[in-house]
Amino acid sequence: MSAVGGAWDWLTTGANWSGQEGVVHRLGEHLYFSGVSLAIAMALALPPALLLGHHGRGGALAVNVSNAGRAVPTFAVLTLLLLLIGSDSDWPVIIALVLFAVPPLVTNAYVGVREADPDVVEAARGMGMTGRQLLLRIELPLAFPLIWTGVRSAAVQVIATATLAALAGFGGLGRIITAGFNRQITAQVVAGAVLVAVLALLVEGLFVVLQRALDPMRRRPARAAPPTPAPSPSGATR
Amino acid sequence: MASENCLVANDWVCGQYLREYRQELTDATLQQLWITAVSVAIGLLVAFPLALAARRRRIVAGPVLAATTILYTVPSLAMFSLLLPVFGITPWLVVTGLVLYSLTILVRNILAGLQAVPADVTESARAMGYGPLRLLFGVELPLALPAVMAGLRIATVSTVALTTVGAIIDYGGLGNLLLSGIGSNFRAQVLAASVLCVVIAVLADVALLGVQWLLTPWKHKRRRARAGAAA
Repeated sequence: MSAVGGAWDWLTTGANWSGQEGVVHRLGEHLYFSGVSLAIAMALALPPALLLGHHGRGGALAVNVSNAGRAVPTFAVLTLLLLLIGSDSDWPVIIALVLFAVPPLVTNAYVGVREADPDVVEAARGMGMTGRQLLLRIELPLAFPLIWTGVRSAAVQVIATATLAALAGFGGLGRIITAGFNRQITAQVVAGAVLVAVLALLVEGLFVVLQRALDPMRRRPARAAPPTPAPSPSGATR
Repeated sequence: MASENCLVANDWVCGQYLREYRQELTDATLQQLWITAVSVAIGLLVAFPLALAARRRRIVAGPVLAATTILYTVPSLAMFSLLLPVFGITPWLVVTGLVLYSLTILVRNILAGLQAVPADVTESARAMGYGPLRLLFGVELPLALPAVMAGLRIATVSTVALTTVGAIIDYGGLGNLLLSGIGSNFRAQVLAASVLCVVIAVLADVALLGVQWLLTPWKHKRRRARAGAAA
């Protein structure tokens, strides 16, 4: 009860939001780390994963990457990179975030393309589509929901790992929590935790909304409806 | 010899560190092991009735699955921090956080395993006079075991890794050595603790695979019988 009240007081105190240690600055750092790392991870992971799925090779690798990623503690990787590279730059954080964003991206993109409806793929091949057309026009749109699930998991993972960066002495919202622990102010610890949790849930929610907006197959049933005699309702729920 | 004063040289790999800090390493490893084991055990005990309730009533399934998904989205450092006012600086803070995380995977897998039991099997068992309890423990759970064990393995491996974050309140097992290694730039300690974490996760995974093998004798016995028949 008092902890909740204390956290509320902390969050509604304007001074806690401004300055180098303030929420706004820490949130900026958090979003910077996360955004840059997610972009790098997507650029590195998606093209090879999609190609592997298209050619049906390296399946064991694509799936095992995720299992290996689970066994390695993010905190250990952050610490190792910090001691290896030093704390002068943000690279230890960004490399760690990229490393943990890659597995869900690779696994989901690979499985998505690999398991695109074989009937549709065969039909497209029969129509004379080249491998490149097949990947870009058929497999990619069909695989979009799974690819995007991978992006969403990676984004949530990146937000969580960026929080741990504070334990290793870097910036981000986690810093509010660690500073609260160091000063033994429970209200600040809880307030920081609430901010981090809300950010993670907002990012998850944002990616769910984006999935609906971006899915290339979403508008298909409506446009394809006129020629078909009886549009099935299952097409719309895709 | 370089190996003699690798502690002074701050080498990554250092036999002298392993000898001189054996006690610290052992203590941290034991803490990691008990926190992980207790968390997964409690997680399993909580997940089981939740999965049963979710299977029985669809009204329960939605909220249970939604709640565990939301819990899983909360970053570990925030989860532990939110529990601070409830538990204070005690190992139960870390254990509770880890239990909440494990629920996501365990509830889902137990539910999926139970739902995958073929309806004719449960009907036959009922026709043979199996009561609900005997049906659950004698028929449904053994058939759901592969899915349950798959979930248990994922939950255990992630819990080993997540335990390290408990270092924030000094109950992080090997994570404590990681955190103190940052302050002193202690390379040998950070590498040793990281490697030990991964080794524990892999060993736990293999051990659970062995348990699954022992618990499902019909799987390999049948295969052997079939092989014998073929020969």
